[in-house]
Amino acid sequence: MALDEEQSGPGGAHPMSTDIPGTASAEVDDDTAVDVVATPELSDSVGEYVRATGKRIRSGESGVLPVLGGLILLVIVFQVQDSVFLSAGNLVNLLVQGSVFILLGMAEIWVLVLGEIDLSVGYSAGVGATITAIISTAHGLPWWVAILGGIGTCAVIGAIIGTIVIMLRLPSFIVTLAALLGLQGVLLYLINSNGTGGTIRITSSVLLDLANGNMSITAGWVVMVASVAVFGGVTVLRDRHRRRSGLVAPPVAITVLKVAVMAAAGVALVLVCNANRGALVPVQGVPYVVLVVLGILAVWTFLLGRTRFGRYLYAIGNNGEAARRAGISLGWNKLWAFVLTGLTAGIAGIIYASRLGSISNNIDGGTLVLYAVASAVIGGASLFGGRGKPVYALLGGLVIATIYNGMGLLGLAASYQYMVTALVLLAAVTIDSLARRGRTSS
Amino acid sequence: MSIVAEDRATGGPGGPGSPLLGLRGISKHFGAVRALNHVDLDVPAGQITALVGDNGAGKSTLIKAVSGIWAPTGGEMTWDGAPVEVNTPKAADQLGIATVYQDLALCDNLDIVQNMFLGHEELSHGLLDETRMELTAKQTLADLSVTTVQSVRQLVGSLSGGQRQSVAVARAVMRDARLVIMDEPTAALGVSQTAQVLDLIKTLGSKGIAVIVISHNLNDVFEVADRLAVLYLGRLVSSGPIAEYDRQRAVELITTGRSGDDPDPGTTDPKG
Repeated sequence: MALDEEQSGPGGAHPMSTDIPGTASAEVDDDTAVDVVATPELSDSVGEYVRATGKRIRSGESGVLPVLGGLILLVIVFQVQDSVFLSAGNLVNLLVQGSVFILLGMAEIWVLVLGEIDLSVGYSAGVGATITAIISTAHGLPWWVAILGGIGTCAVIGAIIGTIVIMLRLPSFIVTLAALLGLQGVLLYLINSNGTGGTIRITSSVLLDLANGNMSITAGWVVMVASVAVFGGVTVLRDRHRRRSGLVAPPVAITVLKVAVMAAAGVALVLVCNANRGALVPVQGVPYVVLVVLGILAVWTFLLGRTRFGRYLYAIGNNGEAARRAGISLGWNKLWAFVLTGLTAGIAGIIYASRLGSISNNIDGGTLVLYAVASAVIGGASLFGGRGKPVYALLGGLVIATIYNGMGLLGLAASYQYMVTALVLLAAVTIDSLARRGRTSS
Repeated sequence: MSIVAEDRATGGPGGPGSPLLGLRGISKHFGAVRALNHVDLDVPAGQITALVGDNGAGKSTLIKAVSGIWAPTGGEMTWDGAPVEVNTPKAADQLGIATVYQDLALCDNLDIVQNMFLGHEELSHGLLDETRMELTAKQTLADLSVTTVQSVRQLVGSLSGGQRQSVAVARAVMRDARLVIMDEPTAALGVSQTAQVLDLIKTLGSKGIAVIVISHNLNDVFEVADRLAVLYLGRLVSSGPIAEYDRQRAVELITTGRSGDDPDPGTTDPKG
């Protein structure tokens, strides 16, 4: 089976034994372990932790700091220019506007980590949304069948693209460029053959609520408290487990600070969303789409960071030959990444259609994909593979949505919006490149 | 440089105990080209065997045969005295043969722990068990006296050449290797880095692990090796405890396939 390129190298697959004979390295509670732990890296105090973090940032591992700084800067600029920017109504609007960019960016992350690219996510999302609309509106089937149909179609599209890239060893840039054109054709065919004049309306109230509906005020608080409790609990338990095992862990104060920041962000988000932003009738509550975006962010971050599959994608993206010699199947792992790209694009497409209340044949999938790649790259993902996290797409997508929204408030034409987005993209790539030079020269 | 008199060899051919790895009449032909021609070599446990030879002498072919990348055309291999077939890298891995190639096969974007466990991550409840992996990795590095790395959570891309070599070796050792083959481990390193790697090689030997080191650098060879094996045009022209060689003899063997004071009748006509 050509998909399974597994040929274990010298370090090939053999069941990992839990104890390590020969070196007695599994003994962790003997004297040597104590010596190992007593290295200068152990940061007990907050000061040392901050210093260690500072050192990591200077050596090029700046993570989300540049994009976070940029985002704050943009917010300040727009707020100074127009005080409506930070109003509850506008902020919620911005979150909903950004959700499609963010989701498409998260779709792109899977393939970017591999050092591949998927130019078809825009039209793939469009085709998924069209399938959902046809199942729901034209056939009158339940909303969940429509969603499964739309997302499933996009996952299959991802699988086909992945199979072609892997089995024929073609560059993903070209394969997905072909898919961009082909899927645009499929989209036109599906919508036009539906006979509703180039547009399929979404009528299911559940589907419409995805991007336009809000949770009740109480539900917003409950979900927020539960989420902060889960993530805070996981953080505290993990840090404590590391401290107990004698490993370097952030000081207790830092752990507490992390949870506090998380809780504060949650409270702020729910407060903003729960404020009445309606003019005539009261409109308040956390939009469901915020929940969708944060949920996918959490699951994808978990998959990439805590499972073998995620680890293998980073390894393949940086050094495919090393991964192959370590006994990792390049083919299957890459294929799943392409499937997840398609699947995430499908979710984005459904949100897109939900927000507009319809899917039409003039969806600009070409621009959408460029925003998707820009979101991921502005957030800090590398086009050369091996680096990227779903949260990068979240922050990058927010930057793009902020520019889009802020320029709109200022009454500036689309021409300016494109030019400013271009400058931000260039700035992001420049900062990343400089940071990396800092790393190699250190 | 004079003869290195210290003879640490104990388990050479004819010596007490059977060698960990024994090669008997190993040949490898690529069409008409005989890359290896009836090579006999014993690799005892706990000793460092330096494999030397000029370019094209067959060093790489030999280690590729031992590590299962190219099955030999003829001859047999013994492991712990029993005949074995090593036709795939997986088979070599299961015996405990680990090869550290010159390119080291490390991922720069992963940290030391992640690289050491790549492809063999430990799990708990289906998820990566980072704590256990970090402890094991630290312990392995400490056992190998690798003290220069600041943190095992450092990205491998930020390490020096010697440190990277250490990580690659530690990965092999941690996975229970009994024979570590190193291809030009000091080729791209500076003076202090080289010393660091040579110390690491000695540590491996003192832990009872057999080591085969390919090197062009005779300084390194005479500093670290217990035994020497010289390949010349696909033939093993000489092998034995390092004390039997001096630098001049080693150079003669490498360049001409024979040495003046000890002409070997079998190799007087290497072209034949």
